[in-house]
Amino acid sequence: MNDIVSELAERVRGAAAQGKTLRLRGSGSKDFHGYALEGEPLDVGAYAGVVSYEPTELVITARAGTPLAQIEQTLAGGNQMLAFEPPHFGPAATLGGCMAAGFSGPRRAAAGSLRDFVLGAKVLNGEGEVLNFGGQVMKNVAGFDLSRVMAGSFGTLGLILEVSLKVLPRPEQELSLRFDMDEASAIEAVNRWAGQPLPISATCFADGALTLRLSGSALGLAAARKKLGGSPIEDAASFWESVREQRHAAFAGGVLWRLSIHPTTPPLNLPGRQVIEWNGALRWLATDAPAETLFAAARKAGGHATRFRGGAPHTPMMQLEPGVLALQRKLEAALDPQGIFGPHRLHAEF
Amino acid sequence: MGKPEIVQPVPPATADKTALVRQLSAVLPPGSLLHQTEDLKPYECDGLTAYRTVPMAVALPEDEAQVQAVMRICHAARVPVVARGAGTGLSGGAMPNAQGVTLGLSKMKRILEIDPLARIARVQPGVRNLAISDAAAAYGLYYAPDPSSQIACSIGGNVAENSGGVHCLKYGLTVHNILNLRVVTVEGDALEIGGDGLDAPGYDLQALLIGSEGLLGVVTEITVKLLPKPVTAQVVLAAFDSVFKAGDAVANVIAAGIVPAGLEMMDQLATKAVEQFVHAGYPLEAQAILLCESDGTEEEVAAEIDRISRVMRDSGATEIRLSRDEAERLKFWSGRKAAFPAVGRILPDYFCMDGTIPRKRLGEVLEGIARLSKEFNLACPNVFHAGDGNLHPLIMFDANDDDQLQRAIRFGSRILNLCIEVGGTITGEHGVGVEKINEMCVQFRPAELAAFRAVKAAFDPHGLLNPGKAVPTLHRCAEFGLMHVQRGQEKFPDLPRF
Repeated sequence: MNDIVSELAERVRGAAAQGKTLRLRGSGSKDFHGYALEGEPLDVGAYAGVVSYEPTELVITARAGTPLAQIEQTLAGGNQMLAFEPPHFGPAATLGGCMAAGFSGPRRAAAGSLRDFVLGAKVLNGEGEVLNFGGQVMKNVAGFDLSRVMAGSFGTLGLILEVSLKVLPRPEQELSLRFDMDEASAIEAVNRWAGQPLPISATCFADGALTLRLSGSALGLAAARKKLGGSPIEDAASFWESVREQRHAAFAGGVLWRLSIHPTTPPLNLPGRQVIEWNGALRWLATDAPAETLFAAARKAGGHATRFRGGAPHTPMMQLEPGVLALQRKLEAALDPQGIFGPHRLHAEF
Repeated sequence: MGKPEIVQPVPPATADKTALVRQLSAVLPPGSLLHQTEDLKPYECDGLTAYRTVPMAVALPEDEAQVQAVMRICHAARVPVVARGAGTGLSGGAMPNAQGVTLGLSKMKRILEIDPLARIARVQPGVRNLAISDAAAAYGLYYAPDPSSQIACSIGGNVAENSGGVHCLKYGLTVHNILNLRVVTVEGDALEIGGDGLDAPGYDLQALLIGSEGLLGVVTEITVKLLPKPVTAQVVLAAFDSVFKAGDAVANVIAAGIVPAGLEMMDQLATKAVEQFVHAGYPLEAQAILLCESDGTEEEVAAEIDRISRVMRDSGATEIRLSRDEAERLKFWSGRKAAFPAVGRILPDYFCMDGTIPRKRLGEVLEGIARLSKEFNLACPNVFHAGDGNLHPLIMFDANDDDQLQRAIRFGSRILNLCIEVGGTITGEHGVGVEKINEMCVQFRPAELAAFRAVKAAFDPHGLLNPGKAVPTLHRCAEFGLMHVQRGQEKFPDLPRF
């Protein structure tokens, strides 16, 4: 495995020497997201394997090329899971790609995001040096928290070699309930319930129905069901997978936008189909509305819109305040001073 | 494009104090700028009283605009700025700079908004941690991170240090409970980092700012996540005749798929110290005790407490007690919460170490500490956030005896080295500050420290924000004579040896 690291380091140093740029790649399952796929492809997939996993430490450390499915299977063997429930967006999705994309799934509002579960990362910088940030322990405040910054950086700040994640036990039982409800009532209800001690682990409103998932002990679920009402759904696992992987019909048609906003924002009334997750704080819109409409709606609702999938390559993907954009540019220049890694993937400007 | 320039640890003192005082007075309300020695004295240290420096001036702004004005003046004059919350930090993060301005945020203590339906609170940085939960209690909500100093410590300081608490295995650290930050840059610009939603696009600057110990910006407003208050909570107190068995019990609880709300361990020296002070009723013959808390609905807690008790019994507990009511639950916790002051009553001084280790190495680390305790001839009780692997050895000494002080410092450094050796870290929750700046050279290699310094330079090119803290220079590491040796091949290739 050290040979592979040496080879990757050699490729990075070579690119630096020749003034070339690199496009870091796991399985390519998230190629749909971002601006441009510039640079020579550098495949990280061969650097694979679980480095350590001990269920009693609640930590798994694995190399970037490890298939996400293998990580999940390994954890299932210890009756544990990745609590942020990452979308795969492809059968061969890797841990490195999962980390670089930083996406979290339906359980996010209850359990936390991918970056919340990052404990440490091993990264190759533009000079081909291996850097270790964070660690394998639950609490660590030594040095800047650069391992969490790698989450969602889309391979633009360095080559992620290895990741350590906190893991959690799988819930004893799960139960999903459906409620026929209009959008405004659903938004109000999920927020109200989130303020009560209920074992709700996911919410999804689409096509005039609200679906809740409860996770916990048998007793806890029974008590919550009595309080909430609703009707249990069949085949809940495949429903939540269709939401996580965006195969649910409501994600289709037009450009897919992601609005991360104040959770109690009333119905946005924008054209297109909509899926609402995360207790109202995440609204997916499959729409042909212009980018500026989405940006303005998100801004008004205290948050941000991101073009998630589809659309013309040069349509803006996100809108950052000039001061924030300037800081992001400086951060990129600090960690990748030669600009080797994934130029213009995440920011059109650099 | 070359490498970013290396930041000097302490900028040269060029500011003319009289001129600076005049400029700062003009932008602050009357009485909000302290510059006479007797007024500055209370600010000479934070909770780490072994390190003291009197600042040139203390500015006490009342709003964000005043913070911006102070930053602009200091930036133009190249004067260092040290932000300070309640001054309860344990690593000297708020220790002043003699040529600098201490920016005290204690007057910015308003709770701006509580939105019970959205479960968020928007607050100023000087608000006390516990005051947020107190204000949210009317809605059945609370702010989860609960550092032991929560009565006094401020939320701004919590953000700077990424503070934890006894419940963080289940509910996370500060970084897991923040939605939005308003931050003033070293140049005096105000930025919003985050939003009312759960994330923001681009790089996660919020994760970088939280825990950055005042090196990257000054936080002027914080939006925190509030959680529903658990219906009930109950504690299991389990006694063990060896620290190894207690350590195994911790692993067995986790292996059973339980994530307790709190899981704390105290060794015999700690329980004995505490018992004289608060009479928590701890079994004094035990080598170690565990406190394991469950919270949730009545049904969930009853079921979980039952499982926890079974695990403790199977792990060889010599005694198991369940808190029968809220008063007894608080009594069980009172001893743990009083551990630091109790130790302080036995001997006048102690160093509280803050290493984090993989839980499975606990037994050998405690044995190592016991060996060092004999070697340095200083007592060292241990309290342990067992769920998180965060160990607080309390090295007891008398600072009036210089030999004891020197031994205590060396003892502390050896403990931190031991934590790094077993795969842990030098600080789990108290921060690096000035206290552990040398140990940073042991935990990180030159290339990693260079990355930290590059990030620092990106936010603060002149090195004005809290200079000399948290991130050491290579020069300092070389002077300290420590370097990270991994696989026996690391060197300081770019550094002259002396």
